[in-house]
Amino acid sequence: MDVLAGKVKVTSKTLDQTMKPAELMDHPIRLSARDVTVHYGEKQALHGISIDIPDRAVTSFIGPSGCGKSTFLRCINRMNDTIEGAKVGGKIELDGEDIYSPDLDVVELRARVGMVFQKPNPFPKSIYDNVAYGPRIHGLAKSKADLDEIVVSSLRKAGLFEEVKDRLSEPGTGLSGGQQQRLCIARAIAVGPEVILMDEPCSALDPIATAIIEELIDELRENYTIVIVTHSMQQAARVSQKTAFFHLGNLIEHGDTEDIFTNPVNKQTQDYIMGRIG
Amino acid sequence: MNALVIAALLLVLLTVSYQVGWSRSRKLADGKDTRLHSRPIYHGVLAALFAVLPAIVIIGLWALFSQSVTNSFILAQLPAEVAQQEPFAVQSAIARVQAIASGYGVIGEPTAAETAAASAYASFQQLSFLGVIAAAAALGAGGLFWAQRRIAPRLRARTEVEIFVRLALIACSTVAILTTLGIVLSLLADALRFFSFINPLDFFFGTTWNPRFQSAGTGSAGEYGLLPLLWGTVMISIIAMLVAVPIGLMSAIYLSQYAHERVRSVVKPIIEILAGIPTIVYGFFALVTVGPFLSGLGEAIGIDIRATSALTAGVVMGIMIIPFISSLSDDILGQVPRTMRDGSLGLGATQSETIRKVLLPAALPGVVGAVLLAVSRAIGETMIVVLAAGNSPVLRANPAEPTSTVTVSIVNQLTGDADFTSPQSLVAFALGLTLFAMTLLLNVLALYIVRKFREQYE
Ligand SMILES: Nc1ncnc2c1ncn2[C@@H]1O[C@H](COP(=O)(O)OP(=O)(O)OP(=O)(O)O)[C@@H](O)[C@H]1O
Ligand SMILES: [Mg+2]
Repeated sequence: MDVLAGKVKVTSKTLDQTMKPAELMDHPIRLSARDVTVHYGEKQALHGISIDIPDRAVTSFIGPSGCGKSTFLRCINRMNDTIEGAKVGGKIELDGEDIYSPDLDVVELRARVGMVFQKPNPFPKSIYDNVAYGPRIHGLAKSKADLDEIVVSSLRKAGLFEEVKDRLSEPGTGLSGGQQQRLCIARAIAVGPEVILMDEPCSALDPIATAIIEELIDELRENYTIVIVTHSMQQAARVSQKTAFFHLGNLIEHGDTEDIFTNPVNKQTQDYIMGRIG
Repeated sequence: MNALVIAALLLVLLTVSYQVGWSRSRKLADGKDTRLHSRPIYHGVLAALFAVLPAIVIIGLWALFSQSVTNSFILAQLPAEVAQQEPFAVQSAIARVQAIASGYGVIGEPTAAETAAASAYASFQQLSFLGVIAAAAALGAGGLFWAQRRIAPRLRARTEVEIFVRLALIACSTVAILTTLGIVLSLLADALRFFSFINPLDFFFGTTWNPRFQSAGTGSAGEYGLLPLLWGTVMISIIAMLVAVPIGLMSAIYLSQYAHERVRSVVKPIIEILAGIPTIVYGFFALVTVGPFLSGLGEAIGIDIRATSALTAGVVMGIMIIPFISSLSDDILGQVPRTMRDGSLGLGATQSETIRKVLLPAALPGVVGAVLLAVSRAIGETMIVVLAAGNSPVLRANPAEPTSTVTVSIVNQLTGDADFTSPQSLVAFALGLTLFAMTLLLNVLALYIVRKFREQYE
């Protein structure tokens, strides 16, 4: 819905060098970060990250453990606010709007920028209530029928509906790990976000569940801006169109996934992809 | 002196046998390529156990039986007619001899028989002590000898030590269980004696509490209806919970979810200080401050509130229980995984929505468990109620009137000249048993619920 507005704004922005002009028309820039720094107390975790993230595409963050991928991801929906002692500097814009400006409502931001966590974390409630949680909080449904509709369509989009349609009132914690993660994705989708952040969504899953989630991400790409943190090069290569490589709190290199994996410019990126660091 | 000798003996046995076990097993392993099953340290411990335990057993047996043995020894020394007296007189005769032997003065001149008995007793005492020490040392040495003969590369010293450790642990926990059992049995015995005077139905379902003391004249047994007391207890506990649960829970939520680390580190200990105040002090507080305040408040709004009433006692007891609830709930809220909270915040829920809709429901069973534990404290609480509830064991519904509780009545029945054969005193045991059953039930329920809660997160 904001696509048009986004397109207009994009032209006035510094463009991502690696993006080809033809692609730009389909993928206007949704999120843009400039010089983002994060301190945890005295310790600096991010040193000036600048990156543009395109709409309706999957951007993956890769890099060795502790390099700040999760930290940066959490900046995008301000989950760092909930960590005591975390200080964020720099600027992040969502559709040209500064998300750290005092006027911005965090609750609204998080409704627009959903998050899926590393470990599936369904609430100890029924499957239905898990998905209905967000819509209820944000008053998205006018009636019970509306809510049912949202729950069912979210579960469908997350590819879980067929498996759970007969047990919507059973606890979400009783599902398998992969199902739980899809439930969490459905829960995020139900709020109607524009951007979905996923922090290693498959790290707790087996290869089959991983394949299902990857397929799902690929489908979701058509309607959402997706950012995914992953430790698996193959996964990054399979699901993402854009890749960003982080190292020790710096963004070393970013661009089209294909370019990053076939001919990385930076030596460190090359080493990491070849499995020499991390 | 005796204790020192015993301690020294045990210490010597311990070090020597440990050393022997350790060095012998070391020697076995040294130089050759035999592999010891257990490390030398276990051989040392095993040898020490074999040496020290028999010695301890001997000394323990002596401690258990020395009293009766010495008593019969002294009696045997005294003229035969002494033993024919009342048990009480026999006891004092023995005590006299012991006093003479130990050099303390006694009332009146000691008779010749007594002096003779005393000196015989003194030498008997010395001899028997020496005998016991010798026996203990001999058994210890024997144990050590046997233990060191057993030392071999394949001796499973580690396994045997583990068995000893397990037995010791079992013994310790048995002590706790046996104590509980002992308490229940002694309560039960006296309660049953009470029920031989009073029909249990009259006790459990009676609505009048009027245990006339025999000194008051009438000589009749009195009426022992439990219900007024039970109702007082329940009413005060309910009031206490109405005060403690909301305040305790809210402060736990504030501390665990909102408070900055620095605030938390100051506030939490302060709240916990409340738990350290002796309940008798809470009693003063109720009597001097809260009671008059409440009755003044009642006057202001046109309700008749007595200064000593169920309300006063309940409110103060609630204050006492706040830290109990808040620190337990704080722990429980802290146990709810952070990912749960993040999940909710990440969906755009506010902090209070997250607390109401995710944290509290997830923590609910644990909180219920905490509340039940707190209730069982409230039920057993005595001092506050003694001072603040007005001690009026009448069945009344109005919490602004004085009342009485089970615990207060126990105190009343047992203080002063308690004669443990009359129903007036024995009723205390029936009351105690009732109380015990109630709190036991609540605790079991609470533990069950808390355990269920733990399982929820692996
Ligand atoms: N809550 C926190 N408090 C203090 N330091 C933190 C916190 N979270 C992260 N850090 C630090 O910030 C740095 C970046 O952490 P981050 O979690 O972003 O790494 P990551 O790239 O996601 O690693 P991984 O791949 O292992 O998840 C690390 O050095 C980490 O120790
Ligand atoms: Mg991470």
